[in-house]
Amino acid sequence: MPKVLTAPGMKKCIGCYSCMLACARTTQGSLSPQKAALAIRTVGGLQSRLVADICRACPDAPCAQACRCGALVPRSGGGVKFNPALCLGCRDCVEACIVQVIKFDEVKNRPIVCIQCGTCTRYCPHGVLLMEERA
Amino acid sequence: MNGPKLRVLQIDLTERRVGVLPADGLEHYLGGIGLAAKLFAGLVDVQAAPLDAHQPVVLAGGALAAFFPMCTKGVAVFRSPLTGGWGESYAGMRLALALRLAGWDAIVITGRADRPVYLSIGPHGVRFKSAAALWGLDCEEAGRLLRQLEPGRGFRSCLRIGPAGEKGVAFASVNVDTYRHFGRLGLGAVLGAKNLKAIVIYGDRDYPVPQPKQYREIYDQIYRQAVRTDVMEKYHALGTSVNVSVLSELGALPTRNLQQSTFEAAERISGRAFAEGSLVRKVACAGCPVGCIHIGLRRRQFAPGYEYESVALSYDHELIYALGSLLGMSSPEKVYDLIEAVELYGLDAISAGVLLAWLTEAQQNGLLREEDLGCWLEFDRVEGYLKVLENLVEQPSELYALLAQGLARAVERLGGKEYALCLGGHEMAGYHTGPANLLGLAVGARHSHLDNAGYAIDQKASKNGWDSARMVHEIMAEEKWRNVLNCLCICLFAREVYTPAVVQKALAAVGIERTGEELMALGEEIFQLKNRLRSQLGYSSERLYFAPRYFATPALGRQIDPAQLQEMLELYRQQAGV
Ligand code: SF4
Ligand code: SF4
Ligand code: SF4
Repeated sequence: MPKVLTAPGMKKCIGCYSCMLACARTTQGSLSPQKAALAIRTVGGLQSRLVADICRACPDAPCAQACRCGALVPRSGGGVKFNPALCLGCRDCVEACIVQVIKFDEVKNRPIVCIQCGTCTRYCPHGVLLMEERA
Repeated sequence: MNGPKLRVLQIDLTERRVGVLPADGLEHYLGGIGLAAKLFAGLVDVQAAPLDAHQPVVLAGGALAAFFPMCTKGVAVFRSPLTGGWGESYAGMRLALALRLAGWDAIVITGRADRPVYLSIGPHGVRFKSAAALWGLDCEEAGRLLRQLEPGRGFRSCLRIGPAGEKGVAFASVNVDTYRHFGRLGLGAVLGAKNLKAIVIYGDRDYPVPQPKQYREIYDQIYRQAVRTDVMEKYHALGTSVNVSVLSELGALPTRNLQQSTFEAAERISGRAFAEGSLVRKVACAGCPVGCIHIGLRRRQFAPGYEYESVALSYDHELIYALGSLLGMSSPEKVYDLIEAVELYGLDAISAGVLLAWLTEAQQNGLLREEDLGCWLEFDRVEGYLKVLENLVEQPSELYALLAQGLARAVERLGGKEYALCLGGHEMAGYHTGPANLLGLAVGARHSHLDNAGYAIDQKASKNGWDSARMVHEIMAEEKWRNVLNCLCICLFAREVYTPAVVQKALAAVGIERTGEELMALGEEIFQLKNRLRSQLGYSSERLYFAPRYFATPALGRQIDPAQLQEMLELYRQQAGV
């Protein structure tokens, strides 16, 4: 079974953004953590807790279902595969994401979609993020 | 290659105008302190007082900011209301990232708004917004409202002053994203005098990864060093507060206004005691996998029965020294209560603690009476100290207005100079290790232990038998190299990771070629530049005064020899030309 991204250890998160930076540079060729397909954020300032907005690798991925040009196709085991060559930039997937974690890159005119590659987990100093098999 | 063209934002509060300041030819400084010092030099009015409306404040990030781990700091340069001279301060959290995402290498702020404002600096320009509702609020409440009012969540930086800055306390700080500060030398008062309550910076600028392979290699090398080796072990673990008990054992922990350099209660307020009793989490500056910022929970009963309140506060060595051992505090709870007050008012913790320690002794000596301060101070008792902190902000009397100008000015008028822990007009940091520390604090550009780590040089000197000349040499060499790190705004905790070779490689990966010699020359150039500016602003190493207290209390178990310190000062003067 392919593994999917989880964030079981968010209570250990230090808010360092290493995961976002790794995602952005690897999948988007960008140095800006805003281009990452996941987001670590607080829920009311730094005194509050940190939470992770991550792709939940939905079974029957609604984003892929919404995509009418075949750029997003479901991946077996959860999550999606993204083919930028087929993407028209319609934003239907952004609308369809039920947990609202798909961002849109205005310049490249395409979504920033988590492809479940696990890069972020390799740069997390506290083992907050993991690639896990679905139970 | 010199790297990309610099973008410097200029904001005039008086005219409410903004623009882009030409910065051609300044690429060579790599940003940070070099860029800020140059910009400041062109704008400062050496005739005008620090709080004069014309005086500039410069904020800058570094060439590697947000691109590499631990390149997380922003620098502020200003004329210090505390010393009257050079003001330089660093802060982390999200500041460097926010500057980067907003697309600015530096921001220059001049003038004075006609009423309280805050600045919202975003990707589409600068907004001047009314701070009428924020004025008078403490740092926490102001931060909360700004978070609600401003966009850019998660990637913005929110700088704000507390009541201390508004009231012109000369050692008022600027709170940066709740857990970091522009602490020392009074930037808070400068912003207060400009009627500037806060600055929020955010943006969404994108930067393509340059030379992916080279970039990745050096990024990974730095990341691995930071996370998987023991180079930064201290900061992962107990943090700087580990120093409290270590220094006490060595006889180098300033205690009870430096009447002692060992503290019998050191274990009770040690890093371990804080961590085991109250640490709830650690947080990091954006882009730093270390996360040295220790957050403790102060739980407090406010009424009989089971009525509790709690507050999360960050602690580190300097805070536990200044608001702990220096005031004889015997429990973390007491230290937390003082940390909380200092945070809310927006005061520099070290300056506040040193002032409180001096006041305690001044009362014991009969120099000040209970009526003068409106309370009686005693080491290890929090209540009086809280009262004094409140009064420093409110300034209900002439005495308090004087004390709000900082300890050095106060003792000029009141006496008690012999036990005032000042050096070059600035309150002492948390080490009493020997002559290199004293000299380092006195001659360093910002009178900070971070200028040149004199405290570490003392420890090496005692191990290796270094003489005065060697210590002076080390102090100067360290300050020069730190200038380079500070151009890049690299967290100084990461200085062991960022060796000259690593700095070169990291720069090359973002398209900036520098040889080792060029880096060293840059450090030297900035050293000279800062010294020139400092002299223009009135600093003279000839006027330094070392309180007898420094020599009376043993440092690392030995009395410091005044003659040796004098000799070192002479050597320094000849070599540095200040
Ligand atoms: S992008 Fe949204 S809808 Fe698509 S798989 Fe991820 S969470 Fe599910
Ligand atoms: S890398 Fe780990 S610790 Fe750092 S922000 Fe991401 S999840 Fe949190
Ligand atoms: S080591 Fe600490 S202060 Fe330095 S960048 Fe990391 S979290 Fe910030």
